[in-house]
Amino acid sequence: MLLLSLAWRSLRNRAVISGLTLLSIALSVALLVGIEHIRRGVRESFAGTIKGTDLIVGARGGTTQVLLSTVFGMSSPTGSISWATYERWRAHPAVRWTIPYALGDAHKGQRVIGTTAEFFTRYRFRDRSVTFTEGGPPATDREVAIGAEVAERLGYTLGSEVVLAHGVAAVSFAEHTAHPFKVRGIIDRTFTPIDRALYVTLDGLTAMHEVEEGAGGLMMGPPTPQTEGPAPITAFLVGTKNRFETLQLQREMNEDRAEPLTAIIPGVALAQLWQTIGSAEVGLRVVATLTLIVGLIGMCVALFASLESRRREMAILRAVGAGPRTIVSLLVLESGVLATLGALTGVAMVYGGIVLARSAVEARFGVALTLHPLGSTEWIYLGVIVVAGTLVGLLPAWRAYRNSLADGLSPSL
Amino acid sequence: MSDSAASRGGSTPAVAIRDLRFAYVAGRDVIDISALEFAAGETVFLHGPSGSGKTTLLGLIAGVLAPRTGHLTLLGTDLSTLSSGARDRFRAAHLGYVFQMFNLSPYLSVRENITLPCRLAASRRSRVTDPEAAAQALAERLEIAGLLDSRVTALSVGQQQRVAVARALIGAPELIVCDEPTSALDADRRDRFLELLFANVAEAGSTLLFVSHDLSLAGRFDRTLALRELNRAATMGGI
Repeated sequence: MLLLSLAWRSLRNRAVISGLTLLSIALSVALLVGIEHIRRGVRESFAGTIKGTDLIVGARGGTTQVLLSTVFGMSSPTGSISWATYERWRAHPAVRWTIPYALGDAHKGQRVIGTTAEFFTRYRFRDRSVTFTEGGPPATDREVAIGAEVAERLGYTLGSEVVLAHGVAAVSFAEHTAHPFKVRGIIDRTFTPIDRALYVTLDGLTAMHEVEEGAGGLMMGPPTPQTEGPAPITAFLVGTKNRFETLQLQREMNEDRAEPLTAIIPGVALAQLWQTIGSAEVGLRVVATLTLIVGLIGMCVALFASLESRRREMAILRAVGAGPRTIVSLLVLESGVLATLGALTGVAMVYGGIVLARSAVEARFGVALTLHPLGSTEWIYLGVIVVAGTLVGLLPAWRAYRNSLADGLSPSL
Repeated sequence: MSDSAASRGGSTPAVAIRDLRFAYVAGRDVIDISALEFAAGETVFLHGPSGSGKTTLLGLIAGVLAPRTGHLTLLGTDLSTLSSGARDRFRAAHLGYVFQMFNLSPYLSVRENITLPCRLAASRRSRVTDPEAAAQALAERLEIAGLLDSRVTALSVGQQQRVAVARALIGAPELIVCDEPTSALDADRRDRFLELLFANVAEAGSTLLFVSHDLSLAGRFDRTLALRELNRAATMGGI
């Protein structure tokens, strides 16, 4: 206890250097723990992009492409699915509900999705459904509901007129000017790709393309209007009656001979995708760990640098009966105290930072940072930091031990 | 050396040295003393210019250094039979040490500096019923009572040396070793310092070993020794 108090007083006596050393450790700990928190937040937001959907079904193609094109509004659809096929699967006894998606058009670089009212009632993200800031879902083939970011970026309000274009490029020469839409609803911010999309009815999409065709306009790629029945779609989401039937249904769909499909389980596909893009987090962790090592070396340097000027202090302790081992303990305690306080400060900085920046981060990036208690990974980090910090103190302590043996009561100063 | 050879009333000598040799580098002795003895309660002036091996001898007496050969007996305990840890504990319990200067820990208050030996070693603490009260009493006798809660950096050199004496004396250890404690003081302060030192050492009943190159102080002591004459290695040009 006395040694701890001595170590503390001694550190305080060198307040500036101790403070800076502590800060450098705290910052690296904050980086390490902060990255862990952000990683978890991002992962939760990512995994929450789509919930409650049991299967995502697209034309035969890559799993990731189906997921990206349907849920994330990235990449292009794997192909089209005929309305008949969609109808056939919708009638399958294991299926409780379906949401059709027809992709392929855009408005000023934002995706346009043709869907049905099911989307607004069935789609779930982070256990929430789609709600409206103003207005409601499109009811006629001339109405569109827009995501919060679309509304914000393009300055649209209810009743604004929107002309859709074919293809997803920001600048398109094939604009469906003959069939403009009116904004019927603005969707609450979801922090998912929904915010960056425009939703029209399937009929609306078909009507737009028919007008185009009638006017002798260009048609490029899917969805190609068919002469009979509604236009084909590019994907559909499925909710099953019984989760246990999901796997069975997935297999049936993947083996469909009439029209080749790819059915994916969102959770599984998301986890796979996360593994791919998640390797970035390894890089972050490596950087944070290196920072921590730099911090610990800095502490070691600071303690070493202080040793010369502390030879007299050590001699005084020796004179009043301290053994070399006491000197070693004192220095190890000092580095231990610095590492522990640094770790605690770092954690406090993370929590403080989350409290301060939480709402801003959520509004800006849609990542919900939560004040969850330290996980096992973080505890392991902290344990390693405190142990490593204490062990680092052994180096200067060893030097001090040698000094105190050589100096005895007469440091050569 | 038998205890009966002690010079005063047959009591155990405070320090008894016989055939003591010490070298930092093998084959180059810096201490070679055949016999030296301080009686309990004696005040000894050890005249030691630099190069006479004074620092090394004090290190040996304090038990910080271990003799190469021979015996160094403190209060009847042969230090060469003790482990270095045991020598540290022995020093903590029975020895008070005053440096030439920079005696005090800069991050402790005056009071904490004085009670430091009691806090660091149980053996020293057991000699004092109440370290705080002992520090107070010593500070009053050394005329530094008003400074007890000051920062040591605010003290003059003379005040610092008195604090060092108070620290050496707390718990009334049997042996007080002073290594040129007055060299940084002017004549007036030096005389006052010595008066206080003698009075308090006598009060504690301790043996005083006072090392200095200033021979003018020698007259106040029971006995004066010239280390150069005692130490056969000194003429060889040691450190």
